[in-house]
Amino acid sequence: MIAQIVEIIDVYWLLILVGQFPEGPLGGLALTLCMALAGLIGAIPLALVAGVIRTCPGTIAYYPISAFVHAIRGTPVLLLIFWAYFAVPLLFGGSISGVATVVIALIVYEVAFLAEVLRAGIEALPKGQIEAARTLGLSYRQAMQDVILPQALFNVIPSIISQFINLVKNTSLGYIISVHELTYTAYQVNSQLLTGTLPVFTLLAIIYFCICFSLSQAVSWAERKVERLRIAPQQANGGLR
Amino acid sequence: MIRFENVNKFYGDFHALKNITQVVDPGKVVVVCGPSGSGKSTLIRTINRLENIDSGRILINGSDIHARGKDVNALRAGIGFVFQSFNLFPHLSVERNIMLAPMRIKKLAEAEAHSLAHELLAKVGLSDKAGSFPTQLSGGQQQRVAIARSLAMMPPLMLFDEPTSALDPEMVGEVLTVIQQLAGEGMTMVCVTHEMGFAREVADEIIFMAEGEVLERTDPETFFRAPCHPRAQKFVSDIRRA
Repeated sequence: MIAQIVEIIDVYWLLILVGQFPEGPLGGLALTLCMALAGLIGAIPLALVAGVIRTCPGTIAYYPISAFVHAIRGTPVLLLIFWAYFAVPLLFGGSISGVATVVIALIVYEVAFLAEVLRAGIEALPKGQIEAARTLGLSYRQAMQDVILPQALFNVIPSIISQFINLVKNTSLGYIISVHELTYTAYQVNSQLLTGTLPVFTLLAIIYFCICFSLSQAVSWAERKVERLRIAPQQANGGLR
Repeated sequence: MIRFENVNKFYGDFHALKNITQVVDPGKVVVVCGPSGSGKSTLIRTINRLENIDSGRILINGSDIHARGKDVNALRAGIGFVFQSFNLFPHLSVERNIMLAPMRIKKLAEAEAHSLAHELLAKVGLSDKAGSFPTQLSGGQQQRVAIARSLAMMPPLMLFDEPTSALDPEMVGEVLTVIQQLAGEGMTMVCVTHEMGFAREVADEIIFMAEGEVLERTDPETFFRAPCHPRAQKFVSDIRRA
């Protein structure tokens, strides 16, 4: 089987890596990573807003945002992709590409999760930080921008990388709407070989594992880094034990 | 300068401030003391609206600060507040901690804010720490930076909420010296503290609180020698023994 895997790599490595690119559209592993990254980057600004609103129960925006977060967290990504695939053309007339469909679904999904990560990051900061900022006369918005969010964002870097791991795996769902990402490419290779199902999908698993495992190593590294630099309230209190 | 009129505050059923009616005159140093849980911190925190009140009024220079529509940011910018736990911003250097409010609120240029920060650091004796980060400083140094940070908005009034209670004993002195120096410059101050030596030396008046009430208000000499209220008598004798 190892020999078969090596042979598959030997023949199909370029297809697996970048799909038909540069002759055709980008695909394979490159597309998988691009979609995951687009999902993350697209979600961060929206998640920032949603996360901050989620720390303010009682404001008008709190209720719809919370409803959104709970609804999305209780929905499989697959369903979001179906929704985007069928609903977006109905709502906006023209159809959109499969890649855009997957990216939109991933952004919607990720906004809900990242918002919760950020909410936790904000709420984990000592209350004295916002109090000190407001006491100086800074507005709520200034206090958030200059004091709270820089600290909260830094502290949740490991969780953001964890979310990225989820995104990488979730891009494989693009397969069902024929987006030429990594899983779809493996499926193509499989149908060309006909006899290599097990080695093809073993190779696919190995590739996903390598990416996600490196990323989780990055999470541990970031956790140690953040832990070292994070300012625990006890430390800030100096003499308080 | 500050006038409390029948101020009441509740936490649920707990009556935290009971009918407080007090005046703090400009240029005076008022020390608030009393056993823990007596409402001292709550009282001082109502002055810049870190706590709301349930009835009564608090007037600063004649303006009702808890009134609807009052610009709370402008109010707070004019009142320095020093916390027990310093609350410096750990992601900013010492000078950036001080420069933040003047740059954001007064729109000071970077260079002006920078020289202001250095001036204030010199005042609290920490000129050499401008580029340090809060965690690299001792508690006493952090609290002095916190004082400098409050002073950066040039407030005519400073509030201190147990500024030395979180400090190791050997660092209490350096912080009190800075506060004393401010008092000497004529700053109006309200200070919650357990440092009775400091109170005796610096305070113009002492307010003694217990269970949300002001039980006694007098000059420090009388307070320490012959307090009227039995609770104050017990408090003073307990401190003596400690």
